[in-house]
Amino acid sequence: MAAIRAFGAYLPTRVVGNAELAARLGCDASWIRDVSGIEERHYAGADETVAGMAVEASRKCLERAGAVAGDVGLIIVSSGSGERRFPGPAAQVAQQLGAAQIPAIDLPMASAGGLFGMALAATLAPQYGSVLVVAPEKMSSIMAREPADPGTAILFGDGAGACLIAADGGPAHIIGHVLHSDGSFADDLRLEFDSPLLMNGRSVILQASRKIPAAIHEVLEKNNRKPQDVEVFLMHQANQNLIDRVARAIQVEPPKFYSNIARYGNTSSASMLIAASEWWQNPGPHAGQTICFAAFGAGFHWCALLAELR
Amino acid sequence: MDNKERIVTILKNVSKKPAVPDASESLFDSGYLDSFALPDVVGELEREFGIQIPDSDLNPRKFESIARIESYLESRK
Repeated sequence: MAAIRAFGAYLPTRVVGNAELAARLGCDASWIRDVSGIEERHYAGADETVAGMAVEASRKCLERAGAVAGDVGLIIVSSGSGERRFPGPAAQVAQQLGAAQIPAIDLPMASAGGLFGMALAATLAPQYGSVLVVAPEKMSSIMAREPADPGTAILFGDGAGACLIAADGGPAHIIGHVLHSDGSFADDLRLEFDSPLLMNGRSVILQASRKIPAAIHEVLEKNNRKPQDVEVFLMHQANQNLIDRVARAIQVEPPKFYSNIARYGNTSSASMLIAASEWWQNPGPHAGQTICFAAFGAGFHWCALLAELR
Repeated sequence: MDNKERIVTILKNVSKKPAVPDASESLFDSGYLDSFALPDVVGELEREFGIQIPDSDLNPRKFESIARIESYLESRK
């Protein structure tokens, strides 16, 4: 049974508040807060790359696990905002970590990629040993594309999250996961080359409002758990209103859904791993707790994963 | 009540607004509903009409106006 050993995160230093963004986009700062729950987000510097942010988050993760790059047998990098069509950043991240010879897999999946990566890592860990999953996103470079849609550009920030998964020996056993994809709505959230991000918000919210609770129920039922058995839900940080809606749908108190979206915005595939990294530090896991991860994003892809603390 | 009246009742309950737009007017462009109200409307339609709307039918355009909602419900008969 695969286990989570540690999480790590990296946030660029520049903080962009709603007032600064509102001035650029011609909207109202309080409107941004009302429709998204976001108060500020971090933007990477011009010289920062997705690979560079991934390396920072990975180093923090390895340090917390008491591991070194040489302990990693496989790296999975999820990013929808890589600078190149190919190669993706995975091999470069491995090289910069000092593990250039290990296999490196790119998952260009956007928001659900971090959790798909964790599920994939849990499956591959028995063969490869410790698997490092890292999700770096530089969404600000995409939000800078014109014409900017205020309804979309207000949401996103930059950052990276990482997770080390081992075949065994970590504090949190991964006891199950469910993965789903449906290309019927692929056009409703997409990023074409050199174009702004295109998002049909109504469709995204409508589908996510159904599919995330369904995935959570599915993974819980498969593992004989109820929503009330879960200590914390670590979900993709897309929008506070969506997080609250999912909590109500599965009939748990919204505070059980960890949220940092007010401070970081939506960092796409990085967001759930950044949230997990923060929660792992404070308040932190305790023996016997059950943790449920969930994500939804472009594709559409959606998933849920259940872990139990030893 | 006919279907249109039942739909109007649902929209008023979800939006907490007393009047509804014209049947062919967009519920969203008119500002009557926002993105987060739409899942509530769909849930209430399922309860009121005793149907399960599959995810594949959850295209916002099908629920864009009172007339379109009526048309969708008619197609489910």
